[in-house]
Amino acid sequence: MVETFYEVMRRQGITRRSFLKYCSLTAASLGLGPAFVPKIAHAMETKPRTPVLWLHGLECTCCSESFIRSGHPLAKDAVLSMISLDYDDTIMTAAGHQAEAILEEVMTRYKGNYILAVEGNPPLNQEGMSCIIGGKPFIEQLKHVAKDCKAIISWGSCASWGCVQAAKPNPTQATPVHKVIHDKPIIKVPGCPPIAEVMTGVITYMLTFDRLPELDRQGRPKMFYGQRIHDKCYRRPHFDAGQFAEAWDDEGSRKGYCLYKMGCKGPTTYNACSTVRWNGGVSFPIQSGHGCIGCSEDGFWDKGSFYDRVTDIQQFGVESNADRVGGAALGVVGAAVAAHAAVSAIKQSRSKQSDVNDKQG
Amino acid sequence: MGAYETQGFKLDNSGKRVVVDPVTRIEGHMRVEVNLDSNNVIRNAVSTGTMWRGLEVILKGRDPRDAWAFTERICGVCTGTHALTSVRAVEDALNIQIPENANSIRNIMQLTLQAHDHLVHFYHLHALDWVDVVSALKADPKKTSELAQSISSWPLSSPGYFRDVQNRLKKFVESGQLGPFMNGYWGNPAYKLPPEANLMAVTHYLEALDFQKEIVKIHTIYGGKNPHPNWLVGGVPCAINVHDTGAVGAINMERLNLVSYIIDRTIDFIDNVYIPDLLAIAGFYKDWTHGGGLSSKSVMSYGDIPDKANDYSASNLMLPRGAIINGDLTKVHEVDLRDPSQIQEFVDHSWFKYREAGKGLHPWDGETEAHYELGKNAKGTSTNIEQIDEGGKYSWIKAPRWKGHAMEVGPLSRYIIGYVQKKPEFKEPVDMVLSKLGLPLTALFSTLGRTAARGLEASWAAHKMRYFQDKLMANLKAGDLATANIEKWDPSTWPKETKGVGFTEAPRGALGHWVRIKDGRIDNYQCVVPTTWNGSPRDSKGQIGAFEASLMNTPVALADQPLEILRTLHSFDPCLACSTHVMAPDGQEMTRVRVR
Repeated sequence: MVETFYEVMRRQGITRRSFLKYCSLTAASLGLGPAFVPKIAHAMETKPRTPVLWLHGLECTCCSESFIRSGHPLAKDAVLSMISLDYDDTIMTAAGHQAEAILEEVMTRYKGNYILAVEGNPPLNQEGMSCIIGGKPFIEQLKHVAKDCKAIISWGSCASWGCVQAAKPNPTQATPVHKVIHDKPIIKVPGCPPIAEVMTGVITYMLTFDRLPELDRQGRPKMFYGQRIHDKCYRRPHFDAGQFAEAWDDEGSRKGYCLYKMGCKGPTTYNACSTVRWNGGVSFPIQSGHGCIGCSEDGFWDKGSFYDRVTDIQQFGVESNADRVGGAALGVVGAAVAAHAAVSAIKQSRSKQSDVNDKQG
Repeated sequence: MGAYETQGFKLDNSGKRVVVDPVTRIEGHMRVEVNLDSNNVIRNAVSTGTMWRGLEVILKGRDPRDAWAFTERICGVCTGTHALTSVRAVEDALNIQIPENANSIRNIMQLTLQAHDHLVHFYHLHALDWVDVVSALKADPKKTSELAQSISSWPLSSPGYFRDVQNRLKKFVESGQLGPFMNGYWGNPAYKLPPEANLMAVTHYLEALDFQKEIVKIHTIYGGKNPHPNWLVGGVPCAINVHDTGAVGAINMERLNLVSYIIDRTIDFIDNVYIPDLLAIAGFYKDWTHGGGLSSKSVMSYGDIPDKANDYSASNLMLPRGAIINGDLTKVHEVDLRDPSQIQEFVDHSWFKYREAGKGLHPWDGETEAHYELGKNAKGTSTNIEQIDEGGKYSWIKAPRWKGHAMEVGPLSRYIIGYVQKKPEFKEPVDMVLSKLGLPLTALFSTLGRTAARGLEASWAAHKMRYFQDKLMANLKAGDLATANIEKWDPSTWPKETKGVGFTEAPRGALGHWVRIKDGRIDNYQCVVPTTWNGSPRDSKGQIGAFEASLMNTPVALADQPLEILRTLHSFDPCLACSTHVMAPDGQEMTRVRVR
């Protein structure tokens, strides 16, 4: 017996009114208009809860921790009402062979219809045994469960890119999911960790529209990873005005000036931090005074110090997306941001002297 | 191996072998094997850390100011504590003094972690070892309400409230899609709570899941995000501006008020939900006195939460510091992290090798070379382990020893040391719990003692958050707004060669980072973490670690349901990604798995 999402919500004491409110919140958080609300409601009324098998490889569990921080929907509602989280070693009750049995059961009963979520990644050195599950290399479990899944979500930078254990010299040969699984759709949700509401937003989108989100060339959902942090940063006006923090706790820091000169990686990082923000919208790294370290970007650990000024990027307009920039600019350099910063600084000094007519930067 | 005696335990691996892999509801990956005698009592225990990432080698050659971000990723559950330990190690090496405000903010962040982590551990990782979810369906909501109101003034306690939760649970169970509750050990005779206590606990499981996300917003305010907030060598990255233009771009009055509000709510939740639940549940398990392991013998704490900035001496640390060995509660030994003869790591039974076999190495001189091999009596193959041979190498965790002793670390160790030192903040709550439950002091040395100490510490931490937030406000009022010391930010101001050590008390126990800096770069970096201590395999003398010791002599109700094993292991809150991050210097001798 497979129940619809709506039935489950109703049976769990959620009123139709709250259900519709939930649908409109979902629409809003996905950037969709009110016209989509009935569509979402209809979808949820006619769909069963999708089983999710959440595997853990080499990781630090920050993705799971982030997931349970979700405020809309609440992690509680996501787990009890939206999906059926049938395997996740971090929170599941069963252990040992009782846990392993669940995998087989779900894989058989829901063949081709379950989602595989991967946190962390498989190591390939040490015979794969630097990550052992049930006495065997994690890579075996990953491939086994991937075989009959509908799609894979690569949670976080470990599963998406490799992250910290894959930083040079990558001693365990930690390898992202897409390099070992080639025959399944993979949605990368990078970040160390990803934002909670981005995680639940991606899942909700898939359940609601019954399709994968549109992905950029690197496999990330465009809706959340389509723009750079710098593009939507609330400190951007200070960048444009040439107002920068120059040292920790200086006048500029206290005034909330741009952190570009402190090494902020916002200009090269595609993520939703400056718009969705963190932990229910309370803040994000730049708002709390530290530059972005670029944690959702491939290989961000090996791009120099977090305090080195970004110089190897080209300045694009706000309308540029990752595909265009990625295609054109990687390695092109140009120090265009630095140049822009310099121009801004000149602008500022000029405008201080007198009101010079310089509408164009 | 046969039978032998160590640390007062008689090990005998002749009985029926039971394997639990994976151990779930922990951070990271772990396996445990035990031997049961004919009465289903555990007579041998073998714990294996089953993951390894190698962060220390990755750190070699990097900028020491970046190290906090790398080490923070050792663990996303105890997020921040490695970062704090790292900036302290680098500041120690470079002799950097941080401002008072930075000390207060760091302490608030560390205490936020303690409070959050302990709460999540109790409800979401540990409670289901004591609480039978399915039994909650049989509860009478009215009696549940009476029970709840008899132990706490928490307002969400009406019969209707518990009935709603029960209905939601009922329909969830009836759906047949049990999600995380699938294949649990429901109905196991080791569960002792009446249905009403089960319903109350399950209700609070859900409430705590909602509430925990609020606590961490303090990290978000001061550190920009959680998990993995941002830190800074020399202070904290968040500037303070409470008076002037641009205050909206910094820590201002609104932000400080938000922190203050969250602190009040955290104290309220812990004192009126967590602690009453803990006492209520413990009351039904008073007879279950197992799991003490090393806690009555050898415990250690480095201490943490400096009251004044930059003073890491025991008298300035609010969490106690010291070591107790061989069960002698009359003496607390001094612990010195710099002394090469005190803390040493051994690898005789770990999947590493030293240039000089059998030797113990102090972390400043630590070396780690991967060497994965199973003992000759292991069953299965190297990539399909059926049974571990504890006579050979069997874990990705090293075996740290303090003056040769295997030590237990964590909240219980901290409370035992604080108790012995007669510090009222630690002694009085322990005495309160023991007298409420009508138990002697010896009851403290148990699985339940570990779980109770963690709860008491969560409350302690929440109240100390208030203390440091008030201290921060007083300092701001006195006109001091400084949050960072940048005198030695520029590497050109550093000595050519230096070394340092940083420590914290992580939620799970004593945590130390040792760093050597040469020519402005990391030359060597070593971490000895709480689960390295607790999850340690045997050493060359056959001494067992805290996990292994804690399982000894525990009866198991049903041999094929490892409920009691999980219960005791979870009482340590194992963190395997932490314990097994260490790594070979050059990544040598690595075999590849074929990938198609």
